[in-house]
Amino acid sequence: MKTSIARKVSMALSALFLMVFLLQHFAINITSVFSSEIFNDLSHFMGTNFAIQYIMQPILIFGVVFHFVMGFILEIKNKQSRNIKYVKNNGGANSSWMSRNMIVSGFLILTFMGLHFYDFWIPELKTKFIEGDWTGMIEGEKGLRYFAELQHKFVSPIRVGIYCVAFVFLSLHLLHGFSSAFQSVGANNKYTRALSKFGVAYAILIPLGFIVIALFHHFNHC
Amino acid sequence: MSGTKDMNLTLKIWRQKDQKSSGKMVDYKVNGISPDSSFLEMMDVLNEGLISKGEEPVEFDHDCREGICGMCSLYINGEAHGPDRAVTTCQLHMRKFKDGETITIEPWRAKAFPVLKDLKVDRSSFDRIQQAGGFISVNTSGNTQDANATPISKDNADKAMDAATCIGCGACVATCKNASAMLFVGAKVAQYSLLPQGQVERKDRVLNMVKQMDLEGFGNCTNTGACEVECPKGISLENIAIMNREYLKASLTKEE
Ligand code: HEM
Ligand code: SF4
Ligand code: FES
Repeated sequence: MKTSIARKVSMALSALFLMVFLLQHFAINITSVFSSEIFNDLSHFMGTNFAIQYIMQPILIFGVVFHFVMGFILEIKNKQSRNIKYVKNNGGANSSWMSRNMIVSGFLILTFMGLHFYDFWIPELKTKFIEGDWTGMIEGEKGLRYFAELQHKFVSPIRVGIYCVAFVFLSLHLLHGFSSAFQSVGANNKYTRALSKFGVAYAILIPLGFIVIALFHHFNHC
Repeated sequence: MSGTKDMNLTLKIWRQKDQKSSGKMVDYKVNGISPDSSFLEMMDVLNEGLISKGEEPVEFDHDCREGICGMCSLYINGEAHGPDRAVTTCQLHMRKFKDGETITIEPWRAKAFPVLKDLKVDRSSFDRIQQAGGFISVNTSGNTQDANATPISKDNADKAMDAATCIGCGACVATCKNASAMLFVGAKVAQYSLLPQGQVERKDRVLNMVKQMDLEGFGNCTNTGACEVECPKGISLENIAIMNREYLKASLTKEE
């Protein structure tokens, strides 16, 4: 990570990995809208499969931590590269708000991830590693617990509101980030225009999908 | 002469005595500026006025005054080379401004471009990046090959030519929120890597130029694309992608 291009490429690779992960996360969550059984089965598989728990999950944690730590490092370094600010700067004349505020959208995503982990990951760790319960069952009842837990979280309108706002910022992050990541790894060719159109679709549809899921469970919980 | 009437303007200009002093913005009035004059001619009018009053003129860089040397700079109303596109400050016309307008004029701001005096900055960091690899080796012992004897594909010749139009003005750095020099360095790396003459030093060139760029204290590119918009020569972001590719290839395959 000694040179600017090495940092840039590693930032992009971690981001590309996160975007693939996000797609997979979405694919599982969206099933909860159609079928509690499929959602439960998939969640149970993800939550208890050895490869996912002990190989993919550590890679994911590393990817996330790497991405935001490097994001902050870049921000600090870049601020230092202009030690005296302009009195008047018209950034809007030549670049998008999203591209100039990746650290803002990124920071808000990070805050949201704090809540997200408090909601789902910490209880999950507690159940599995502290209480040692790997059955995935609801205590004293039949059936898997994941769907019920999911619905329970989306009862509070405040939490649903926070989720929605967070995904708007994820969308803004990806509206610049998607095509930026390809440029960073040196891919700028005849496919770039098509790819950045696809990127805009991805950046809007995936976060919107997560918002739809949250709203769906808010208005349809048992 | 165009029919439009002369303009009166208020200028807010960065004044700084020398590299060590701290500077400040100072207000000036200029009157009777023709809308057909260039921005630098307007600055000349200001300076003539200052000199006749016995005051110190505002220093700014310029040379060719026809958009080819890259010497003129100035951050005008929050944009490198002002509000017009694909022009240098010497090619910027005063008709882009309104009569009675207040215009803010600042030097390029980057740690790697320290202010020397007023609006003049030291861009020798660009020269040192060039010296680190922005050249080709040619045989000058008397049997130099004719350049046209080496076939070059039209596509690559065009791209190299486009990259070669970079005049090293530094607007890309000045405008980048990260003060990154990657458009400039990208243009120089791409230009040579696309040509057969540039192959000998291909790997060393990109590694050494990027190393020097980092040493000079330029920031990290985050692909905002502001440089491409403000560049007077329309240097494309594709050149940065080419540099990233060249750098990756070189660092993975270079033998120590
Ligand atoms: C955890 C909080 C996060 C922070 C603090 C953060 C911060 C940043 C920053 C500062 C950048 C700009 C750096 C650059 O372009 O070189 C960036 C780029 C990017 N981020 Fe994030 N980010 C976060 C989460 C995410 C997530 C969850 C995703 C995707 C699912 C993501 C996708 C991207 C993409 C695609 C880029 C563009 C990479 C590139 O330009 O090469 N980020 N992030
Ligand atoms: S890339 Fe454009 S803006 Fe940057 S130095 Fe070259 S000509 Fe100037
Ligand atoms: S003075 Fe030469 S480019 Fe402007």
